[in-house]
Amino acid sequence: MITGSGVGTVEGYAARRGWRSRVGELRRLDWPLFVAVLALSVVGALLVRSATFQLLTEQGKDPEGFLKRHILNLVIGFVLGGVVTVLDYRLLRAYVPILYAVACVGLVAVLSPLGETINGSHSWIVLGGGFQVQPSEFAKVGLVVLLAMIMGEPRDGEIGPGRRDVLLALVLAGVPAVLIMLQPDLGTTLVFIAVVLGMLAISGAQKRWLFGLVGGGLAAAAAVWFFGLLEDYQIARFTAFLDPEADPRGAGYNAQQARIAVGSGGGFGKGLFQGEQTGGHFVPEQQTDFIFTVAGEELGFVGGAMIVALLGVVLWRGLRIATQAADLFGTLVATGVVCWLGFQTFQNVGMSIGIMPITGLPLPFVSYGGSATFANMIAFGLLQAVHVRRRAFD
Amino acid sequence: MNPRTHFRLVVLYVLVGALLLVLIGRLWTLQVLEGQHYRDIAAQNRTRDIVVPAVRGMILDDRGRPLVRNTSALVVSVDRTTLSRQDDGGEAVLKRLASVLGIGQDEITKRIRLCAPDIKRPCWPGSPYQPIPVEDHVDPRRALQIMERQEDFPGVTAQVQAVRDYPEPEGAKPAQVLGYLQPVTQEELDKRTGLKVTGYSGVDLVGRAGLEAQYDAALRGEPGFRKVLVDSQGRVTGTAEEKAPVPGNHLVTSIDAGVQGAAEKALKGAIDAARKAGRPADSGAAVVMDVRNGRMVAMASHPTYDPAIWTGGISQEQYEALLGKKKGEPLISRVTQGQFAPGSTFKISSVSAAVRDGASLKGIYPCPGSYNVGNRAFSNFEGQALGPMTLHTALVKSCDTIFYRFAYQEWQRDGGMKPKKNPSDPMVKMAREYGFGSRTGIDLPSESDGRIPDRGWKRNFWEATKEANCKGAKEGYPQVAKTDPARAAYLKAIATENCTEGYVWRPGDAANFSVGQGDVLVTPLQLARAYAAVANGGRLVVPRLGVAVVRPDGTVVRGIQEPPAEKLPVDSKVLKYIRNALADVPKEGTAAGAFSGFDTKTVEVGGKTGTAEVYGKEDTSWFASFGPVKEPRFAVVAMVSQGGTGASTAAPIVRQIWEAMYGTKDRKPILRNGGLPSELPPLPGTGTAP
Repeated sequence: MITGSGVGTVEGYAARRGWRSRVGELRRLDWPLFVAVLALSVVGALLVRSATFQLLTEQGKDPEGFLKRHILNLVIGFVLGGVVTVLDYRLLRAYVPILYAVACVGLVAVLSPLGETINGSHSWIVLGGGFQVQPSEFAKVGLVVLLAMIMGEPRDGEIGPGRRDVLLALVLAGVPAVLIMLQPDLGTTLVFIAVVLGMLAISGAQKRWLFGLVGGGLAAAAAVWFFGLLEDYQIARFTAFLDPEADPRGAGYNAQQARIAVGSGGGFGKGLFQGEQTGGHFVPEQQTDFIFTVAGEELGFVGGAMIVALLGVVLWRGLRIATQAADLFGTLVATGVVCWLGFQTFQNVGMSIGIMPITGLPLPFVSYGGSATFANMIAFGLLQAVHVRRRAFD
Repeated sequence: MNPRTHFRLVVLYVLVGALLLVLIGRLWTLQVLEGQHYRDIAAQNRTRDIVVPAVRGMILDDRGRPLVRNTSALVVSVDRTTLSRQDDGGEAVLKRLASVLGIGQDEITKRIRLCAPDIKRPCWPGSPYQPIPVEDHVDPRRALQIMERQEDFPGVTAQVQAVRDYPEPEGAKPAQVLGYLQPVTQEELDKRTGLKVTGYSGVDLVGRAGLEAQYDAALRGEPGFRKVLVDSQGRVTGTAEEKAPVPGNHLVTSIDAGVQGAAEKALKGAIDAARKAGRPADSGAAVVMDVRNGRMVAMASHPTYDPAIWTGGISQEQYEALLGKKKGEPLISRVTQGQFAPGSTFKISSVSAAVRDGASLKGIYPCPGSYNVGNRAFSNFEGQALGPMTLHTALVKSCDTIFYRFAYQEWQRDGGMKPKKNPSDPMVKMAREYGFGSRTGIDLPSESDGRIPDRGWKRNFWEATKEANCKGAKEGYPQVAKTDPARAAYLKAIATENCTEGYVWRPGDAANFSVGQGDVLVTPLQLARAYAAVANGGRLVVPRLGVAVVRPDGTVVRGIQEPPAEKLPVDSKVLKYIRNALADVPKEGTAAGAFSGFDTKTVEVGGKTGTAEVYGKEDTSWFASFGPVKEPRFAVVAMVSQGGTGASTAAPIVRQIWEAMYGTKDRKPILRNGGLPSELPPLPGTGTAP
């Protein structure tokens, strides 16, 4: 084992130093992660412009309207990420109950008349002045930190969380999950499941918990299907996923158009802002959920693969950070973020190229959307925070 | 870090890497391997083919005057497919449309429903995938409202379309000859190769009757197409590719609008006069044919109708009127589809048969008031005894008993009630040689055969009617007997005879046949052709309406040749003899009254009256003629059903037509230098009226 001067001094490291030295810690940042997120943000901004400027022009609005707001969101997001990085993430533990409570209140508020239905999901709270908040995005942050706190507490003799911890984690994760399911937002619910499963596994919980959860989940899914608890549009989307040609103007339309847009991009794409399918607005929600189709059409396989690779870098760095974290809490926070962003990446790109059914999830760091951008940047900040305080012997 | 966590983190690494590789792999398949496929789909996605209908060709008369042309109309159409995608099935759209157009909503609903056997007009007989016109001749301001507020009117289009227009030159309106257009049915559309007129471009029409149907392929032209760029809402953003439609060719016909107009007028006048005289005069026909080549100069049929009512939707009332008996079934051309007993006009065939059978042209034959055929006396018209006479006089005075005798003798020679194995039946055979009993082959659809009854026909007919006849023979007619015992007894006797020996070619059948009575039926066109054959020296021509198919720029696509004429097996001396006899009919014969004061110096006309008795109805009035006698050019035939004697009703029609063609003191002739144009006419400017 390599020894270093920092051993045993990690605790209180930040606390002892002043503000200046905290800025100095930025040198300890994970720069490849930073570069990848920055690159994704720049590409995302360009794609958001491409997806929106023609429609805005046709509507007689400022063609750069979406771009400007997206840049503002990104700036705010980076600031949030920076603040989270600089904060000692372990201090977060103290605030977790508050964070959790706020997230749950937000999710309840969404279901109340305060909430706004957009695209069939009751997921937004409109704040006025053109601002709206999607609490489920922030609930993802809350979930990650909460689970890390419950299952990452130092234990004696045990290498994994006990039954009590697991059950507590499941119950506390279950409340916001059910609230989100009620919106209904299937995509975010699936993110929750992925995060819970991933963090439970990494926490060292017994295999039976993992298998039990997977089995229970499948049984629940079957029950939902058989008892007709899904909304018609959800069934239609699923059917359309299995056979996109079945109803090309109806439910299969999005999937089919997305596939056409991406496929027609070919190897090198049609050039940024040159997409004909994009310009003709054949794919709906193109600046948010279907942003990858813009990349596919305009930047081709090269551009699409590059975006996937950049997200791969984010996930790789995230896993590396999990491995090198100073404590189990840090490992679990990083793992939760990786599961969250990883699932969302696979689901989002997958539905754009026809290997996943359509659910409304944004592509991390790329899609337009304030709440999502903020939440992603906080996640990014959490990764950096864990990294900055990694075990010194690395 | 505990080993379990470490191991599971490694598993997560692998899982994440694998999922990302799946994404990249799928992206490679989609974009690089299948890229071309999706580029093709994308191109289709962004473009829409709009088929541009071709302007249909005109139908012109012999001097280039349009009988049918096109005019533009603003047509509002509704696309059922788009409507059905609306949440309320298009109910709201139709409601708004009804208020803009100012017609009832249920009227529009009726116009766009699909026709089925149990659905009354108005309904849509065409393909359900075509936009259905709900209103033509729409006020441009209303159309603009629809086009400007497309978001309120999904599936509704307003477009300028060419519609058929009937200018009626010289009053000529040969509705049954021209025919009409109807939307193409889905089956027809499926069968058709090449571009189909669907989508936004309007309606694909197809000729359903008359020349429009016969020359549909030539008149139709080839639709072009425009490939337009569209966005996801179907809004057109530009044109990618364009192929202009090839306009349909014009059809030059041999109809002369002047003669046609005169024939229609004469026919209408005679029918009106006959009705004034108390006769039903339910229908009629007048035909003018060029005897040298069978070119049709005029074909008038009564009752008639305005073909313009086919343009746009036709109401149930109008549709029933066209098909119904009440208005006399005006869709039926009495010239080619009307079948009537020809009466004495048929005698040209009987004379030819008698002479071929051995009767001498120089012979003198008795013409008693009545002649016993078997056990029944057959009388002359009004029972007049005219004394011994030549065949010439027999035609001029229209003696029947001479022909009864010929027919009876021939019948007896054929074995009478027990016929020989191969009876000679000269009259039946000659009638067939004259073209009776089979279609003339004119270039019009659905021509009638007429009927030449012979032994075979009689047997078939007997078999078909035996059951009813034998029932009548057995039970009598008690219903009729209540009111008219004499008639019931007569009916019973007829039924008995028909039941037991109805298949036998009886002497009465032969006698009736000889004077164009009994079961003989001819069309006015067949009769005109038979007279043309007499006039032209024995060539049985095939009637033709089409002369040439001409491109809109004037180049001739093809001349329509007249089919070869058949040879009439009658000696030219006999034909000359008949011509001479017919020439005396208007001078001193049965038509002398009708032709009194006729200017024979301008044109000398030969003809024959016919007054055919129809059981239970008034007589059918006929006059068949040819002229000029010295150098025959035209055959003119007129017929009025239930119109009285040939001399009183049909002969004046024919006289007026001749006078119109050749002129009188007070009237300039339609013909120039005694004929009609033999060259193709110059074309009128465009296919579309301004």
